[in-house]
Amino acid sequence: MIPEIGHFALILALSVAIVQGIFPLWGSLTAKPQWIALAKPAAYGQLLFMVISFACLVYAFVVNDFSVKYTANNSNSQMPTMFRVSAVWGAHEGSLLLWAMILSGWGAAVAFFSKGIPPIMLSRVLSIMGLIGVGFMLFVIVTSNPFERLLQIPLEGRQLNPLLQDFGLIIHPPMLYMGYVGLSVAFSFAMAAMIGGKLDASWVRWARPWTNIAWVFLTLGIALGSWWAYYELGWGGWWFWDPVENASLMPWIVGTALIHSLAVTEKRASFKAWTILLCILGFSLSLLGTFLVRSGVLTSVHSFASDPGRGLFILIFLLVVIGSSLILFSFRAHKLRSVGSFSLISRESGLLVNNVILLVMTATVLLGTLYPLIIDALGAGKISVGPPYFNFVMVPLALVLFSVMGLGFFLRWKKDSIERVLKKVWIPLAASLVIAFVLPLVVAPEFNFKVVLGLFAGSWITLAALMWVVSLGRSPFKLPLASWGSVIAHIGMATTVIGITLVSLYDTEKDVRLEKGQSYEMAGYKFAFEGVEGHQGKNYTANRATMTITQDGKHITTVHPEKRDYGRDAMAMTEAGIDAGFTRDLFVALGEPLGKDAWSFRIYHKPFVRWIWLGAILMGFGGFIAALDKRYRRMRKIAVEPIADNAGKKNQPKPASGVTI
Amino acid sequence: MKPRNKRVMFVVLALVMVGAASALISTAMKGNLNYLYAPEQVLAGEVPEGTVFRLGGLVKKDSLKRSETELEARFIVTDNRGNEITVVTHNILPDLFQEEKSQVSRGKMNDKGEFIAEEVLAKHDSEYMPAELKDVLAKEHTPAPVNVDGSEIKNMTKGQKI
Repeated sequence: MIPEIGHFALILALSVAIVQGIFPLWGSLTAKPQWIALAKPAAYGQLLFMVISFACLVYAFVVNDFSVKYTANNSNSQMPTMFRVSAVWGAHEGSLLLWAMILSGWGAAVAFFSKGIPPIMLSRVLSIMGLIGVGFMLFVIVTSNPFERLLQIPLEGRQLNPLLQDFGLIIHPPMLYMGYVGLSVAFSFAMAAMIGGKLDASWVRWARPWTNIAWVFLTLGIALGSWWAYYELGWGGWWFWDPVENASLMPWIVGTALIHSLAVTEKRASFKAWTILLCILGFSLSLLGTFLVRSGVLTSVHSFASDPGRGLFILIFLLVVIGSSLILFSFRAHKLRSVGSFSLISRESGLLVNNVILLVMTATVLLGTLYPLIIDALGAGKISVGPPYFNFVMVPLALVLFSVMGLGFFLRWKKDSIERVLKKVWIPLAASLVIAFVLPLVVAPEFNFKVVLGLFAGSWITLAALMWVVSLGRSPFKLPLASWGSVIAHIGMATTVIGITLVSLYDTEKDVRLEKGQSYEMAGYKFAFEGVEGHQGKNYTANRATMTITQDGKHITTVHPEKRDYGRDAMAMTEAGIDAGFTRDLFVALGEPLGKDAWSFRIYHKPFVRWIWLGAILMGFGGFIAALDKRYRRMRKIAVEPIADNAGKKNQPKPASGVTI
Repeated sequence: MKPRNKRVMFVVLALVMVGAASALISTAMKGNLNYLYAPEQVLAGEVPEGTVFRLGGLVKKDSLKRSETELEARFIVTDNRGNEITVVTHNILPDLFQEEKSQVSRGKMNDKGEFIAEEVLAKHDSEYMPAELKDVLAKEHTPAPVNVDGSEIKNMTKGQKI
């Protein structure tokens, strides 16, 4: 009964979304205030039914209702309740339902925090979001219904992939989806503004905080994925340039570009068409990511062997979204002439460089991800594009980007001079050069020019950001939140860059064969293998090794890497033993038994690896407080207008010019 | 600066950047594409000497041998037509690595005709075979799919679980 309620609620949500997608939009074009007023309640109603639907699916997992096919395939009664709940989004159907629910959540949030947005604009935004929701809910209902029942009810469900039975995976997908779907808000604002035809700064101001928040979730989601891969996949890598990782990285890079171009459009009325294209591109890449992951066209750790019908559906959906938005764009392109002009040395130019580089990066990742598919489709062989390709292209691009990043803080809008900027930046520039050259000479085991570059980029961004705060000459407490957010986010980027540089260039990795009592030395640490014992977990049995780590005879820690067996048809799982630290991680993974008392181990010394995720947290925090800036709220108070006035204006005979808000 | 000159400057700058980026991308592409070959193609000399490539196939039954003293493993990768190549690796084998299951390893051939693998991959779902590997193995170059011991073996067709 409960699953049927869930299914029914989903269909109701779809019906509400259809209403939300059609009537408010239509009403806004034909000046029908009642229809316009439908938008908000429809958005709330859609969320309500989606939450009911999702809750029913969660319930089926919690009470082990194996008559539901999706539950039987992905959960069993032996699993801890926490993982039974997270198993809801551990596979295709449930994760799409989560996606649709998050989308309606964003819609309701826009409706709720919409005080200053004119009703006509709001109705259009919510209509666009409703239409996107229609697409996704249809997708769930038609191709991947999670509420499907089984005729023969199994006594026990299948095991959820043990890799996914993990805390990181409880929160990684929802965060990532929040980010993906959040980009639909910026997209909807852009579409709504184009429908209205009034493409001034106001839609940009409304879209900015939403884009920030979406970007924050995306940042944290990607970082969580990286962290999860690091400790759970068992082999100590934190980024693999795996197609599915790339699928989440591309919207992030475009989102970053969008945040910066929105700033230019709002403040200087420049980059207008560009900003709209970025909104379209960002959301399209989110959809492309879904298509790539869900269609099974990619060979990846994440992709489930799924049926091509689903891929086709998303592909058509993607084409409809991109096609219709670009057609709309082409009708409005003449209105998107930028007003503000700027000279070669100006903040606009700096942000232009930022945008161009970020887009080239996106293109690089896109090409590397799709190239094997293209080559295969042409019948020219099976290839894979390895990490060296990505590193080779991305690192130089990033270096240029980071060099400009520090300057960008000090550049003035419209027109600036090189001398003035140099006068401001020479202190952080000189200081970061000193740090970059001296620090590796003093502390590092060996001198490496790449380390110098990485340290320079990191310290240059950090010092420039701090110097900028000082140069504003205001009390730090009076500085707007947006400025603080920007400074913190950029320092976060710097932290991540330093982490990546140091761990990439100074980490040590070794696969070894150790017999009980033997030890191995790495980077001044001595790893002594004390033996392996059996261990019984809640729904697995494990071989658990004991590895004592000492430094100069002093006991540092004891780690217990495990090899887990989840029984039945599940595969073996490697659970690494990690000693985490601010300046280094020690990482031990247990391999296989090699006969007698010998086991294989993978041992890592990873300096500063935590900084990668620490930086991401800082970026997320910065993005978040920037979205809280007073400016966005003050705007709302000013812009309240009675609905009747707007609707009345609509009734004027000239529709061509009347279709403005 | 006149507006026209300024525009020219921007266009030139953009062209330089895009040019540099494409140069980077094409250089990187040239060096870092790893083709996937089946044992048969390797034995037929289709792989240029000295290149890093990926070798895909099934791990032959009872072929996995480990060193007594160090972390060295040898196993034989075969297709369904009796073509075999010995793989040597000094790394830990992945959790899903099993005899008679599929694997893909990356590395290059040495003088003795052995494949020295830098990395051995087995896919993450125990029932799932990478589609690309299925295609490579399914390509029929020689007729007479007869196993080493003379027994006839089934052709691997799409959708068949191995």
